[in-house]
Amino acid sequence: MDKKFHTNLIVSSAPHIVTESDTTRLMGTVILALVPAWAASIYIFGFRALLLSVVCVFSSVLFEYLYNKFMNRPQTVGDLSAALTGLLIAFNVPSNFPFWQAVIGCLFAIVVVKQLFGGIGRNFSNPAITARIFLFISFSASMSTWPLTRLETATDAITGPTPLAILAEGSTDQLPGLGTLFLGFHGGSTGEVCALALIIGGVFLIVRKVISPVIPCAFIGTVFVFALIATGSLHMALFHVLAGGVLLGAFFMATDYVTSPKLPLGQLIFGIGCGIITMSIRLFGSYPEGVSFSILLMNICTPLINNLSYKFYLKEGGAKNGK
Amino acid sequence: MSQRKHLPSIHVPHHKNTAACETVTMPVPDEVSISMSQNIGAPCKPLVAKGDYVKVGQRIGDVEAFVSAPIFSSVSGTVKAIEQVRGSMGGFETHIVIETDKKQEVSEEVKVPEINSFEDFVKAARDSGMVGLGGASFPTHVKLNPKNLDECKYLVVNAAECEPFITTDNREMVENGQDVIDGMKMIMHWLGLERGYIGIETNKPDAIANMKRLIEQNEIKDMEVVPLPSSYPKGAERVLVYEVTGKTMNAGVLPAQLGVILDNVSTIGVMAEYMKTGMPIVRRRVTVDGDAVTEPKNVFVPIGTRIADVVEFCGGYKKEPRKIIMGGPMMGRATKGDDSPTMKNTSSILCFSQEMAEVKEETACLNCQRCHTACPFGLMPSIFADAYERKDVDTLNRFNVMQCMECGSCSYTCPARRPLSMTNKLAKMMVKEASK
Repeated sequence: MDKKFHTNLIVSSAPHIVTESDTTRLMGTVILALVPAWAASIYIFGFRALLLSVVCVFSSVLFEYLYNKFMNRPQTVGDLSAALTGLLIAFNVPSNFPFWQAVIGCLFAIVVVKQLFGGIGRNFSNPAITARIFLFISFSASMSTWPLTRLETATDAITGPTPLAILAEGSTDQLPGLGTLFLGFHGGSTGEVCALALIIGGVFLIVRKVISPVIPCAFIGTVFVFALIATGSLHMALFHVLAGGVLLGAFFMATDYVTSPKLPLGQLIFGIGCGIITMSIRLFGSYPEGVSFSILLMNICTPLINNLSYKFYLKEGGAKNGK
Repeated sequence: MSQRKHLPSIHVPHHKNTAACETVTMPVPDEVSISMSQNIGAPCKPLVAKGDYVKVGQRIGDVEAFVSAPIFSSVSGTVKAIEQVRGSMGGFETHIVIETDKKQEVSEEVKVPEINSFEDFVKAARDSGMVGLGGASFPTHVKLNPKNLDECKYLVVNAAECEPFITTDNREMVENGQDVIDGMKMIMHWLGLERGYIGIETNKPDAIANMKRLIEQNEIKDMEVVPLPSSYPKGAERVLVYEVTGKTMNAGVLPAQLGVILDNVSTIGVMAEYMKTGMPIVRRRVTVDGDAVTEPKNVFVPIGTRIADVVEFCGGYKKEPRKIIMGGPMMGRATKGDDSPTMKNTSSILCFSQEMAEVKEETACLNCQRCHTACPFGLMPSIFADAYERKDVDTLNRFNVMQCMECGSCSYTCPARRPLSMTNKLAKMMVKEASK
């Protein structure tokens, strides 16, 4: 035969086309959804908030890069997951937090929580949340020294306590109004203060189908109902939803794919669990805030929740088209 | 038809670039290589020997088995060789290589079948050599001869054509709609079916309009066009049966067991042609497309024509081909070389350049469960992949891996580029192996 055939073709299993969306794009979308809250935090707390987030993102990416380099593992900094973790760590500490302590937090999140358990997709708990708890226990003084917002120019105050801390002290008459909470001009961690910006980001993620609405709705709904029953006041129920880290946690940290349950039923249980633990700590515990503990505890329960939800899934026949 | 909940599906780019391309007939190539394994079931045995002169429509391969379909020569010429070739499935197949004389003399065997009874009809269906032209290549006469004929009430015609790129079913309905209607009439008459449905995705407005027009023109009361959402995989047997009739079926169940006769639209059209002319399936409509082809087209290709000859007719390659797919990009098979011949089920030839052919690197699972939400049957491919790695047959069974139809939706949606559809296939093989 004189014809020349092409016989060195690539042979692979079907399908031969894939969606354009990949891990990098998903992580990028989450970072994009955090931009409103990030911008709000810089506006509220000033330049230090920007600097802190740059330090956290940079050091998280660097630790991921170095770990992969030294352990001879495939380089994963390109998937933006480390950058996202860094940004979330910055969001979870006060904006005047010492840089060296923040860097230690990033080291803990990336190396201990994420990489030692096998890297992306294998960690059992959310790195940013676990790092926050680690920092909270290690450097409790820095973690509870809150900077003033740009609206609080009072000369006699050097720190602006968080609304939840004010509540824990029992001085309810000094609590900020719901409007202030909604816009974010009150003490708190860098990224958690502006409820409006967080809701914009969260809704964006749900609309883009990056996250399912089950966990945020269950989490926020439970906090609201729990607070409503416990305090008997609609105002206080809304206060508990808007104050502290509920919105940041519910939209951006509890929804972490790796550490949350696979099936909608499991996600519902997970969200309700987060809400109950958060409110129990806030109302009956010794800490003013419980979001990070609740997410960590529910992360640990995730395998159990998965097994439980599989039972219901398989009872229904598993396959939707099955008889 | 009442509005019912659709099964989960995914949006894939349609790429129906050739939807408006009228089918052109390519000249007879110098040589064809006709495979004896062109249907699910028993492969055929050659009926001719080296040196024999064969004519168009002459039976050159057949076998006694029930699940089989005869094979006919697509050209006139001399049998040059009967050889064993490694086919695209990996195993060896017998191929009859015929050197053509380009005269295209028609065999004396070609004559219009006489049909007076249901038995005659089924025999004629077998004699037409028809298999499912959509890709599955299940012998048509077997589908038309169910054990529970009395219980069968509906004919569902699969014209969804949900695979990207392919437009052959669309062209069949636009160019050959009357044959489709006639074929449906015949099937419904001889099998005593009550109602015929043609399921067409809404991205084929020309086909929908033409079929509706023909149904009206012929004053047919017992057929209707069912527009389907243009999302993948609406043309999968079990999905289509559900979308059209609301009946759910498990893997391994035949549509006939639910009282439904299901056939591909081109299969019905081409079979009706045989009933009118007596010419069995010797050519088929093929969509030639992909970024490495100069002029994407719909072409009538003599069965057995090598891919290289078909592409040459379409202006040759404009880029170096790195992957050639026979069938659609979601479920089709990548062939090892362009010397592979076309078969009865080759609905398309897609030639991809390096850019599109590249297999993306796999990264870690994020547990995002896009594979689960994409699955039409709600299966959990990420669990299958893990269980397969552990060789955990029990878990594979518990999570119903055998229900997977390998549509590829999970692999398509996976942001980590995991080849989940492939692991599903391998896992199913593992389960079958273990149950032996």
